Amino acid sequence: MQAHAFFFYIFSLIAIISAIMVTASKNTVHSVFFLILDFISISCLFILIGAEFLGMIMLIVYVGAVAVLFLFVVMMLNVAQQKNQWFGATSGSKHIPVGMIVSLIIFFELLIVIGGWKLKPDLANEFMKLSTTVVTNTHSIGNVLYTDYIHLFQLSGMILLVAMIGAIVLTFRKRTGIKKQSYISQISREKNDGVELVEVKNNEGVKIDV
Amino acid sequence: MFDIGIGHYLTLGAVIFTIGIVGIFLNRKNVIVILMSIELILLAVNINLVSFSIFLNDLSGQIFTLFILTVAAAEAAIGLAIIVVYYRNSGTIRVEEIDNLKG
Repeated sequence: MQAHAFFFYIFSLIAIISAIMVTASKNTVHSVFFLILDFISISCLFILIGAEFLGMIMLIVYVGAVAVLFLFVVMMLNVAQQKNQWFGATSGSKHIPVGMIVSLIIFFELLIVIGGWKLKPDLANEFMKLSTTVVTNTHSIGNVLYTDYIHLFQLSGMILLVAMIGAIVLTFRKRTGIKKQSYISQISREKNDGVELVEVKNNEGVKIDV
Repeated sequence: MFDIGIGHYLTLGAVIFTIGIVGIFLNRKNVIVILMSIELILLAVNINLVSFSIFLNDLSGQIFTLFILTVAAAEAAIGLAIIVVYYRNSGTIRVEEIDNLKG
C-alpha cells in the first residue's frame, strides 16, 4: 500500500507538471515532448491500478502515433520557434482573466462533485460477484469487447477509416507540371499500339516516321 | 494520505482537465497547442473512466476508454490535416491572426 501511494504521487506529480509545461512552454516542440511525458506517466498510473491493457494501448496509440503525428506537423509547418507571449500580450490580454476565472470555476465544480460524491456501500460488492478475478485484464476486456460491444468496435473501425480518408482528402493537392504514372493507360495498352510488323524489302531500309 | 482511493484519481483527472481548459483559454501561440490541450482533456476523461472502472470492478469504463482513444486519434488526425491545409492557404496558424470570423 505504501509503495502504491508512493508511485501514485510520483507519477501524478510528473503528469501534472508536464501538463502545465505543455501549455506554458515557449517552444512548441517542447510542448509535444511534455505531452509524450504526460501520456507515459498516465499510462504508468493505469498499469499501477490494474488496467494494464489500456496502459499499453495508451503507450502505443498516443506516444507511438498521435504524439509523433503532432511532432511531424510541428516540424513540417516551421512554427516551432514562435515566441509565446501570453502574459505579455497587448491585444489579447482580455482573454486571460476570463479564461482563468472560467477554469477555476470548472476546477472547483469538479472538486465539489468529487468531494460530495459517495459510493453506494454495497455497489462494489455487487459487481464483485459478477466478475471472476482469475482472468487477466486483457482477457476479460477481450471477452467483453468482441461480444457485447462488437457493434461499437466495428463502428470505431469505421470512424478510423473515415478519419483516414478525410485527412488524405484534406491534404491532397493537385500539382501541375509533374509527370505521373497512369496505370489505366499502361494496362490498356495493346499490341497494335506499340508494335508494327513491317515487310522489309531488300536494299531499302525501314522508314520510321518520328 | 497513504491510502490511495478513487478520490485521488478523480482529483488528478480534475487537475489535468482544468490545465487543459487553461491551455485553451490562455493560448496565444498556435493552434497546435490548442489541439494538444484537447488531448489533455480527453486524457483526464480517460483517467476518470478507468478509475471508476477499476474501483467499481466493472469493465465498461475501460471499454469506453478504448473507444475514446479511437475517437481521439481520429480527431487528432483530422485536426492536424485541417491545420496543415490552413497553413498552406494563409501562411500562419497563430491564434491572433486567425480572425476571419471576427470573433
